[in-house]
Amino acid sequence: MVSQQEQSLTPTEHDPLQQWSQSEYKYGFYTDIETETVPPGLNEDVIRLISAKKQEPQWLLDWRLKAYHHWLTMTEPQWPNLHYPPIDYQAISYYSAPKIKKQPQSLDEVDPELLRTYEKLGIPLHEREILAGVAVDAVFDSVSVATTFKGKLAEQGIIFCSISEAVHQYPDLVREYLGSVVPYSDNFFATLNSAVFTDGSFVYVPRGVRCPMELSTYFRINAMATGQFERTLIVAEAGSFVSYLEGCTAPMRDENQLHAAVVELLALDDATIKYSTIQNWYPGDKEGKGGIYNFVTKRGKCQGRNSHISWTQVETGSAITWKYPSCILQGDGSVGEFYSVALTNHYQQADTGTKMIHIGRDTSSTIVSKGISAGFGQNTYRGQVKILKAAENARNYTQCDSMLMGEQCGAHTFPYIEVKNSTARMEHEATTSKIGEDQLFYCNQRGISNEDAVNMIVNGFCREVLRELPMEFAVEAQKLLEVSLEGSVG
Amino acid sequence: MSNPLLEIRDLHARVEGHEILKGINLTIHSGEVHSIMGPNGSGKSTLAQVLAGRETYEVTAGEVWMEGKNLLELDPEERACVGLFLAFQYPVEIPGVSTQYFLKAAVNAVRKYRGQDELDAVDFLERIKEKLALVDMDERFLNRALNEGFSGGEKKRNEVFQMAVLEPRLAVLDETDSGLDIDALRIVADGVNRLRGADRAFLVITHYQRLLNYIVPDFVHVLIDGRIVRSGGKELALELEQHGYANYEAGVGV
Repeated sequence: MVSQQEQSLTPTEHDPLQQWSQSEYKYGFYTDIETETVPPGLNEDVIRLISAKKQEPQWLLDWRLKAYHHWLTMTEPQWPNLHYPPIDYQAISYYSAPKIKKQPQSLDEVDPELLRTYEKLGIPLHEREILAGVAVDAVFDSVSVATTFKGKLAEQGIIFCSISEAVHQYPDLVREYLGSVVPYSDNFFATLNSAVFTDGSFVYVPRGVRCPMELSTYFRINAMATGQFERTLIVAEAGSFVSYLEGCTAPMRDENQLHAAVVELLALDDATIKYSTIQNWYPGDKEGKGGIYNFVTKRGKCQGRNSHISWTQVETGSAITWKYPSCILQGDGSVGEFYSVALTNHYQQADTGTKMIHIGRDTSSTIVSKGISAGFGQNTYRGQVKILKAAENARNYTQCDSMLMGEQCGAHTFPYIEVKNSTARMEHEATTSKIGEDQLFYCNQRGISNEDAVNMIVNGFCREVLRELPMEFAVEAQKLLEVSLEGSVG
Repeated sequence: MSNPLLEIRDLHARVEGHEILKGINLTIHSGEVHSIMGPNGSGKSTLAQVLAGRETYEVTAGEVWMEGKNLLELDPEERACVGLFLAFQYPVEIPGVSTQYFLKAAVNAVRKYRGQDELDAVDFLERIKEKLALVDMDERFLNRALNEGFSGGEKKRNEVFQMAVLEPRLAVLDETDSGLDIDALRIVADGVNRLRGADRAFLVITHYQRLLNYIVPDFVHVLIDGRIVRSGGKELALELEQHGYANYEAGVGV
């Protein structure tokens, strides 16, 4: 968010990350903010400091340190189809919290360009204030809204709080499940996250409870303001249901450059978790300067029989996106789903997809991926479907469509399929299309302008994914796609 | 006589350096049905595309006026808003976009251009339901993605249906009969005939006389090698059916 001023990187010369922070200067938001920031660099002391600041129990500190030492032995993955200058991990400050946040006092003080975007997204004025971090009643309102909801949830035994809070209030639950789906040693970015994560969400839905509302980070604006290493953990006990919405429908112009989050989902017998994301972090400018490097590990474990995990994502932001929300289908009859729209415009790059690991019998998975590339954008789908030996009667359907707009962009597809049980049924469909001059002319001939025609064609292309989103979210996702593509077709 | 609805004066157009239209002159009044007939490659479809404003074709000379507006200066979407409709020879598919949604966007774009209020989904549906009957289609058709998986006949019926909904001043039918069996041809022609009226004109482009048995024109023009070489009444179509285009083609270039 623009209103956050703490700087999490110490700029070095020729660092592209620095350029982004400089571009923020011109909006005049980086001024006299008192932040509590540890010096750049990562070492044991820094981790001890983070843990101490958060008054964490010893076991969590030990876990962080274990992750850190493991991380030191790892190297950044080179296999993604992404190109960016090396990240200097010692130039990053791993803990930064504002002591006193100087917030804009009214919308007049907020970047007009940001306001125009909110307007285009059709976000009500009241919400715009919240999103821009204006220090008015709105913020307090949202706190009270959150409190009201919390009360309602608590009646049913549902826990929804920040992970820091959970560490103190529900230590046994956190200790039992943290790292149970994404172990601390999982991969370079997840391991880094395990060592330094600052906050995130914790959700626990007890046995047989159907969560009566969509849980959204939207209502926890304050938590969003915390660091770039979030960690989210959702546990759905047997027979429960929860739908979780991540991210904001408005452009979250996060000032953080490197974003390495971890999300763990655990579904027990007959439980269902729906996890929806709209990711719209700052993508960099039209020349490819700046933007968020988004390296995220998301994984769900369908541990119980007939459990069900569904990922839906609309990825329009970030300069670089690296994420593969995955499902481990361990319980017999469990179901995994992945619905994705990834849009890259200007110089954005996305390498995203999923992994479906079939372990149990009668497991099934569905993958629907829609990639849209415009400008110089590069869009890669990377997906793995693995049917293990014990997975009798496994079923997978994969559909992977790419749409190109213009001559300079690219679409790439890397499907990996590994089948060790001959009863498996697999389907894979892939298409690549261009928004055709024919389609545009046809729309024009019916009176529809180029811009409206492009939006219509793109929304039609993404329909199978958008309809998986809760209604209000879908409408906003649609508008977001429109804003992201603005001006991409003459 | 009233002012012409469409007036084409000495229209020349080319594509990739080849001159296709070599001086077309044509005047159409409201209420009239004109047919342009000609062999393959004579420039029939090019004329339709140029009128609709396709960028692929470069207009090198001439003028086109429609209702006092210089058509060639307008974007394709503005021409549509002024009241020009092209029934495509090959209608495109737009996956994931329902016919209803597409048409509503089109109708509202035109209404906006004319300074009218946009219709909401309910009003819109009311208005278009009756038009479905014109082309013998049921409501389910509205929820199907535009032209996706449609048969050739359904695509052409969809074009006529759109025409009925958009109520153009001038409708250009580009080989609407191609690829249709006799039943589909009759349905399409009936739809067109019911849309005929004093405040509307048609330009029916076809290779074969067959369509003109059903859509009876007031005027027939023979297009050969980018020029109208002869104009006459509906009897001219029958003459062409008997003797073909050979006589005219032989005369070209003389």
